[in-house]
Amino acid sequence: MTIALMTDIHANREAFEACLAHAAEHGADQYVFLGDFVGYGADPEWVLDTLIEHVARGAVALMGNHDAAAIGELSGRLNTSAQQCIDWTRPRLSEEQRAFLAQRPLAAEDGPLLYVHANGWDPAGFDYVFGPAEAGRSMRVAHARITFCGHMHEPMLYHMGLPQRVESFAPIPGSPIPLSAARRWLALPGSVGQPRDGNPAACYATFDELTNLLTFWRVPYDHERAARKVLEAGFPPHLARLLLTGGA
Amino acid sequence: MERLRPPQVGQQIDGYELTQFVHRGGMATLWRVARPDLTLAAVMKVPSIQDDPTAIVGFEVEQMVMPLLGGPHVPRFVAAGGFDAQPYIVMEYIDGASLRPKLDQSPLPVAEIATLGAAVAEALHDLHQQHVIHLDLKPSNVLFRAGGQAVLVDFGLARHERLPDLLAEEFRLPLGTGPYISPEQVLHVRDDPRSDLFALGAILYHLATGRRAFGTPASVRALRQRLFRAPTPPRALNPDCPPWLQEVILHCLEVEAERRYGSAAQVAFDLAHPDSVALTARAQCTGDLPLAQRLRRWGRSIGAMPVRRNVTQQLLRAPIVVAAVDLSQEWEALADALRATVRRVLQSEPDARLACVSVLKTNRIGLDTPTDEAGRNRHVQRLVQLQHWARSLALPPERATYHVLEAPDPAEAIIDYARSNRVDHIVIGCRGSSGLRRYLGSVSTKVVAEAPCSVTVVKVPRAETLAAEASA
Repeated sequence: MTIALMTDIHANREAFEACLAHAAEHGADQYVFLGDFVGYGADPEWVLDTLIEHVARGAVALMGNHDAAAIGELSGRLNTSAQQCIDWTRPRLSEEQRAFLAQRPLAAEDGPLLYVHANGWDPAGFDYVFGPAEAGRSMRVAHARITFCGHMHEPMLYHMGLPQRVESFAPIPGSPIPLSAARRWLALPGSVGQPRDGNPAACYATFDELTNLLTFWRVPYDHERAARKVLEAGFPPHLARLLLTGGA
Repeated sequence: MERLRPPQVGQQIDGYELTQFVHRGGMATLWRVARPDLTLAAVMKVPSIQDDPTAIVGFEVEQMVMPLLGGPHVPRFVAAGGFDAQPYIVMEYIDGASLRPKLDQSPLPVAEIATLGAAVAEALHDLHQQHVIHLDLKPSNVLFRAGGQAVLVDFGLARHERLPDLLAEEFRLPLGTGPYISPEQVLHVRDDPRSDLFALGAILYHLATGRRAFGTPASVRALRQRLFRAPTPPRALNPDCPPWLQEVILHCLEVEAERRYGSAAQVAFDLAHPDSVALTARAQCTGDLPLAQRLRRWGRSIGAMPVRRNVTQQLLRAPIVVAAVDLSQEWEALADALRATVRRVLQSEPDARLACVSVLKTNRIGLDTPTDEAGRNRHVQRLVQLQHWARSLALPPERATYHVLEAPDPAEAIIDYARSNRVDHIVIGCRGSSGLRRYLGSVSTKVVAEAPCSVTVVKVPRAETLAAEASA
């Protein structure tokens, strides 16, 4: 069973399409989407319809803070430009799309795997896993051996052995990492629709349950087109620039 | 240290039946195992210590790294498991002795040291190319297959550069084995492949002299001595050790990784070509460093921070490049173009070694006895021409070697040479494209098709070819 883990798609159709195609090529047969499907990007309708289809076929999809904002919850918690995108998005959503977002859970557990959007200690609070301290806090309260977490836009892998000391590792795209059963792991696949580590290529990860191998991926996509759409939608120009540069 | 109750013959672990006790190491025991689905002779490695964090994490590291390794120089991985109760690794059983007993027979004959050393260097290079540094290379961790190929075992301290380093910050003591640990490992650096070359140097030193290069240090303070003390030169202990071997050993044992060989393949190359080893001050020295130099090194060793470079970066910097040089007359224009290309390749790769190779064609049938006067003259003449060709590259002697091969088929000779010396890149000339050559197939065409590495084919620019034809 190969699980594709995608998060922070942020209404970026081009990036999402490229990652879905890449995952299919690499044998993904199960999909987990860790939230933040809308905001920042110009294609919320297409992204949500695609997710609705996947969930109908058994995929897991969680709620992110931008999704909560899009259905009127969590008011006043987003920054100005993010709020501007949500205000643009909200009237565009259909009844079905809004209902889909409203039904999303904040976390899901599957055997040794925990899926959360923000963190494992208080998913509804949407605090970030900025570094080893927060990663450790999340791993210590989790029952699951492996936590997959969105919300942070940069890919990162944390692990904790017996002395409960937390270490971080910047993953190398395409290199499978065996997640040793003797320790706890917390993986941030990085953002599909708005990477911020200086590389505009979309981020996601695959996990093979049988072999315990986790692979981080970088998928190049037509980010110039996605950036053009952001400008055409009238969003703040720095959001388009972010897609072009990856935040460098 | 609490020891686990050792397993026993006849015991079943995850369906594997322990059939025979094989070996007891410091941290683990080895058992022959049987299971109906096993397709090869296999052993199970079981840790014997329960409460030493280095041993526990080391076993975890080995369980992580071994499944990713392949090739003849590591035992084939079969299975790992028992994470909750009794951890284990099942792997191929290597039916051969380790290098350890050779220490008791040392000093060994020079030819045997060269053969053993080259086999270990070849295994190391193979490991490094798989992004892994061993970091605990010592005679007991080297086994030999029946054919003489070296197999590296025990990856408990290994570093895979594409995986999280579970041992990185966990421990305050340097990780390694006292007599073999490199200076940078003493300083907690775990990502330089040249650390393994230092350990290889320490092994060669022992085989050549019968003594350990740095004794058996028991404290961190004693370990730190190798940051500023040079070992007694091998020739001072064993006058039978030739200067070239001392050169190779001390080149491996340089304190600063930057001053060691660039890759294990380069060490193997020198061990296989003693006549081509460029002798420097290392080959000549007979005692410890002068006091002033020792003091300087000691001063530098305080707060020393080694240059950091990972496996991939280091191997890319240190390729073995072959310039396949044809020196027949019609070839002159091409010689310049070839040299220009070789210069570019070497400029971008600062630790590269250049092997200039030229093939003397012999008859397929009959004997071109190389021992007769004429044959020897031809050989020497070609060698001199080869050195002349390379002169304007102005390479320091230790970066270039010259080889005249005698063979009926030049392409085959070059391909064989590249294979047996783990060459990374061949630069070869191609003399245009006459109809006849297309029909018969040129040397460069065959080299491109069959060489085990990258090949750059150099042609003379068309304008120059036309000018040459016009003036002829």
